[in-house]
Formats: sequence, C-alpha cells, structure tokens
Amino acid sequence: MAARERDFTAPTVQLLTPEGVLRPTAESEPYLPLIEALDDTALERFYRDMTISRRMDLACANLQRQGQLALWVPSHGQEAAQVGSAHAARPQDHLFPSYREHIVGMIRGLDPVNILALLRGATLGGWNPEENGNFHLYTLVLASQTLHATGYAMGMQFDGATATGDPETDAAVIVYYGDGATSQGDASEALVFASSYQTPQVFFIQNNQWAISVPVSRQSRSPLAGRGHGFGMPGVRIDGNDVLASYAVTRQSLEEARGGHGPSLIEAVTYRMGAHTTADDPTKYRTDGEVEYWAERDPITRYRTWLEGRGASAAFFDEVDAEAAEVAADLRRRALDLPAPTREKIFAHVYSEPHPLMKEEAAWLDAYESGFEGGAA
Amino acid sequence: MSARIDEERSATDAAATATAADSAPETVADASLAPERRGVQTLSMAKAINAGLRDALRADEKVLLMGEDIGPLGGVFRVTEGLSAEFGDKRVLDTPLAESGIVGTAIGLAMRGYRPVIEIQFDGFIFPAFDQITTQLARLTLRHDGSLSMPVVIRVPYGGHIGSIEHHQESPEAYFAHTPGLRVVSPSSPHDAYWMIQEAIASNDPVLFFEPKSRYWPKGPVDLDHSGMPLHASRVIRQGTDVTVVGHGAMVSTLLQAADIAAGEGTSIEVVDLRSLSPIDYGPLLASVQRTGRLVVAQEAYGFVSIGSEIAATVAERAFYSLEAPVLRVSSFDTPFPPAALETEYLPSPDRVLEAVDRALKY
Repeated sequence: MAARERDFTAPTVQLLTPEGVLRPTAESEPYLPLIEALDDTALERFYRDMTISRRMDLACANLQRQGQLALWVPSHGQEAAQVGSAHAARPQDHLFPSYREHIVGMIRGLDPVNILALLRGATLGGWNPEENGNFHLYTLVLASQTLHATGYAMGMQFDGATATGDPETDAAVIVYYGDGATSQGDASEALVFASSYQTPQVFFIQNNQWAISVPVSRQSRSPLAGRGHGFGMPGVRIDGNDVLASYAVTRQSLEEARGGHGPSLIEAVTYRMGAHTTADDPTKYRTDGEVEYWAERDPITRYRTWLEGRGASAAFFDEVDAEAAEVAADLRRRALDLPAPTREKIFAHVYSEPHPLMKEEAAWLDAYESGFEGGAA
Repeated sequence: MSARIDEERSATDAAATATAADSAPETVADASLAPERRGVQTLSMAKAINAGLRDALRADEKVLLMGEDIGPLGGVFRVTEGLSAEFGDKRVLDTPLAESGIVGTAIGLAMRGYRPVIEIQFDGFIFPAFDQITTQLARLTLRHDGSLSMPVVIRVPYGGHIGSIEHHQESPEAYFAHTPGLRVVSPSSPHDAYWMIQEAIASNDPVLFFEPKSRYWPKGPVDLDHSGMPLHASRVIRQGTDVTVVGHGAMVSTLLQAADIAAGEGTSIEVVDLRSLSPIDYGPLLASVQRTGRLVVAQEAYGFVSIGSEIAATVAERAFYSLEAPVLRVSSFDTPFPPAALETEYLPSPDRVLEAVDRALKY
C-alpha cells in the first residue's frame, strides 16, 4: 500500500535570501529588530568566523589525508547555522556540542588544537568546559549530550541561576545535534524532561540532510521542527544557511529560556557540502545536482554579497581571508607539534579517587615496558 | 564494626530468615539526627537505607534523589518513604518514566555540582539506561582529564526470592563491574546498608549500589555512630577452619545458613562478605583461603563470565600453593530467570552451597 500523501510543510524563517538580499517575510519580520541592534563589528565578526571555519575545514581535511589525523569531521556548508547560534549565546550560557561544531567552540574561546588532539588520537577530549567558555566536550554517542544538557539546565534552575529577570546573569543552555540523532531515544527523552521541568534550554538541530549516507526522509516524515510541538514546546524551522536567521531566532529562544519561559527547539535546515567524515564517500549516495543546488545557497557567499551591499570594503574581505589562512596554518603547525600522550594517561583519570586496580595495572605496565629498555627496570 | 554487632548479626539474620513475623520493635529511621537516640538500633535494610539517604540529604544540599515513584509513594519498596515530605520535590524528584533520561539528566546535574542518587525501580529495568551508564557516566572523568568528577549513585533493588514476575528478580551486577570507571557495591545487612549508601554518596566516582531486595525487610542491628570499615572493604563475618565461602548481597545470608547446617555436621565454614564488587578487596579473602585451603564462590547471578568467575581466577593465581582443591562456583543457571514458581530450584540454596563444600572437601 502506498503511503498517503500528507502535507507536513512548515514555514521557514529566513531574513537573507540566497541571493544576499535582506527580505524579511511574515515569519521572519518579528526577528528583524534583533539584527538591527547589531553593530558593524558584530556583523563583520559573523563573516570572519564563517570564513575561518571554512578555511580551517580545508586545512584539517588535508591533515587527515596526510595521515596526521585519524579523522576529520567537516562543517563546510553549516557555517551559518553554527556561527549565528554561537553568537546568540551569552557568556554565562552553557553549550553542549555534538562533534561537528568546531567554530562554535572557537567562538567560545576553545583553542581548536584541543579538537585536533582528540581527532589525532592524543586525547579523549580533555578540555575543561569551565575554562573554555562553557563549551562542553564533544559527544560521539549520538544524542547522549541532549540529556546532559537538560540535566545541566535543571541544575541551573535548582541553583536559581536563571529566570531572576536579569538577562546579564540569567543562564541558559543550548544543545547541538543533527537530523540523524533526532531518531535516538535519548533525543526524545531529553525533550520530555526539558518540557516537564521547563528547563532554560534551546535544542538546536542542524538538519544537514544526511546521516552519513541516509537521507533525512528516513529519520522523519515531517519537518523536525515539529518535534518541539509534539513535546509541548515551540519549534521553529529556520534557513540554516542564513546566519542572520540563525543568530536572531537562537537569540530570541535563549532569551525566552533565560527569562523563565521554558525550552524550545530550532531546526536549522542546512547542508553538509563535504563528506560526513573523511572516512565517507558521498558520491555513492547523492547526486552532483543536489550538491550544486545547495552550493547556490552557500551561507558565506550570500552573506558577503549582503555585507558588500552595506558598504563593507574590499580591504575588509582581504584581511579576513589573510587571517583565516594564518589561523589555519598556525593550527596545522601546532597540530603537528602535539606531544604524544604518555602511558600514565591510560590510568590517571579513570576514577577521581584512588583505585587499587589502576595502581596495580599501571605499575605492571611500567615494569613490563621498562623490560624492553636495556634492563632499565 | 563493633564486636556487639558482629555477635548479634548471625543470630538476627537467621531469625529473620526463619520467620517474617519478627516481633522486635522497629525504631523510626529519623532517630539518626537526634544524638540522644543514636547508638545501636534495630532496623530493616529498607529503613536503614532510608535513614542513610535522609542523613545524606541533610548533610549536603547538593544531594538529590531521582527516580520513578520515589516521591509521595516512597518508591515501590518504600525505601524513600517520607523523604519528599521532608525535603520537597526539588530534592526528591519523581521523574518522567525513562531510565536513560534519568541517568542522562543526572549526569548533567553532576556536571553542575549536584550529587544525584538514582533509584532504578527494578534490576531488569536498568538496561534502557545501560548506554548512558557505560558510554557516558563511566567515562566522563577520564574524558575531562580529571577536571570533572561524576558523583552519581545508582541504587538498584536486585535479586530473587520474592516470587515476582519477569525482569523483577535479576542480578545484573557483573555488567557494571566489567565497566571501567564505575564502582559497584552491595550490602548484605542493615548496618552496612546504612553506612555504605552514605559512603557511596560521598564518593566522587559513580557507584552502582545493588540492594538485595529480599533482604529489605529482615531486621538487624545498626550502629548509627560507627561505620566500622571503608566502602570497598570485604570482611570475614563468620570464622571457620575447613572451607571458605564468599558471596555478596542476599547470598550472604544463604552462606550463613549453610555454615550453621555444616557446623551441625562437623564442618567449619568461614564466610566472607564481599561487600564491594568493583574494586574487589582480596586481602581478607586470600588470607582466609591461605588458612582453609578451599574456596567456594556463590552468587545469584548467572555463572558464565561473572563476579564468581573473576574471583575464582584471581584466587587461583594468587593463592595457588595454598589451595587443596580447585575454587568451585555456585550460581544460578545460565538461563533467563525462570517463572517464579521455579525460583527455589533456580537460585542457589544452602544445600547447593553445601554440595559444593562437600566436593571441595573431597579433593
């Protein structure tokens, strides 16, 4: 029996058209004041961060191809969704990434060499979120972090760290996940808990159309934004390649969350221009025509067109390009200089408190290894 | 542990097992805060854990209880009875009905500085949370290079002997003992339960706290002033000279019964209560085996790839020259828990333990 045709279309919030024209629609008009409140420096920063992200992406993919990284996770095409939402967060907010949000971490102050250490096989994460802009560790088991974010937001409520009426100090949480991860049970359980406890939280789905090789249509028959409504919270679909929509809708959602008005969900419709990871081969499951369609909707090109129309100088774009190249080159140098971990790392932090098995096995390995070093033991 | 408790313990245990109609007056659990009423009290394990949880909630405002039906109802075993009334629904959380959600949000709360204590309603219902426990909770300290602790306690009523339906009588502790980053303990008496739950909450590592549900109701002495030993210590609870038997949780009372029967037949059994399943404190066990030369390991769990297998292998390695017989294991069978009408044949009994003891003595 053929599936019945149903109309599940959802309005999409877009401020900037693919041609780079600021043209608010009925859905996006209410968000315009949030953009008008941004000064040139803030607007230029969006461009800079998107450009750095793309340049870094290229450099890191090359590092992987040269055998210097075990894996690289490209974000080419998703820069607007990531940069806009990251800038929407305030310093006191906590951000729980999946594993593709490299520029989000950088915007929060994380040195990206930490990410390369992870992908080079030198660490399992390792950074302290408290010292890196409240940007939490990458989570490789899909959607696990949605629950951690929800619990963290519950803690903010219990602490009285939110909903006091002061947006300068009231805190909120944003959690990133993808279209594939929405099918995980944890993603639904997180929505249940968030709705039940009315957590100060934004669920930010980057729908990049593909869960490795499986299209989003296999994950959901209807727009993912509807997952919000189904669990009792607002759900908004945005043009994820429009950095202004990404910023404005996320900003609005976070401000409502910190104000005590509960959680919400954003579906950013975007596209993964590159492979899922460097282990993937997208030519096996998608067409050139599809990639071309999305290339015409490139987030950086349209934003550059708009900035140029506003009078940004050629010198500005040249400076950003030079800076992006230098960031990428510097990162490459430092990645190659990363020290290999020592074997103490195997045992050192498995437990917070002393553990007899760790002590015993570390001592055994030391003795065993030193047996190969000219009888040094 | 005071000598007085040691002496009282065996008798209380046997009496409680023999009859459910224990007429000893049960003191109320919240006596723990009134100094004039501390000392040694007679409590069931359920009340002892309740008292331990209450003391922990009072001592540290970051301690939270989370679980299904643990609020006004007090949990299906009433272990949290009265706590939501005293501490409110921000400290004692009746959560949505989703085990992965409970553990996952507890992880987030622990990242925020809380010390969540989770109740999983029954042993067989922990598996929806298995992913969060093993891939997240157990590894987050390591992944944070030690800058983050995960002080989360997961209480699990476990084991058989209660005649219940499928998924309500299981012993899944080995799955968690097999997972690096977790600590796993199981008390066998009200006294240990009162102290071990508080020590587990005070630990900065995640602790799986397995509560032998068939032992919730028998009463025993609880010294409210002295723990007696650290969380991860094992101990000899009955001295003997011929054979050592070791177990944990509800199995300990089975071992004590077996020792009583054997004593009447002229065999002297030494009983070791493991208490901690990860890490395992081998000191008292190895010392015992060096004295007796024989060891029987008993457990309610499946025998294949179990805590008992691990102990048998380790004792064989470390006490090889003391052993007069191979280490023998007594377990349930390697099948799913059968319909409850068959549980007495499925679960190790004192007779099954003694059958192994006899075999050990024949070598």
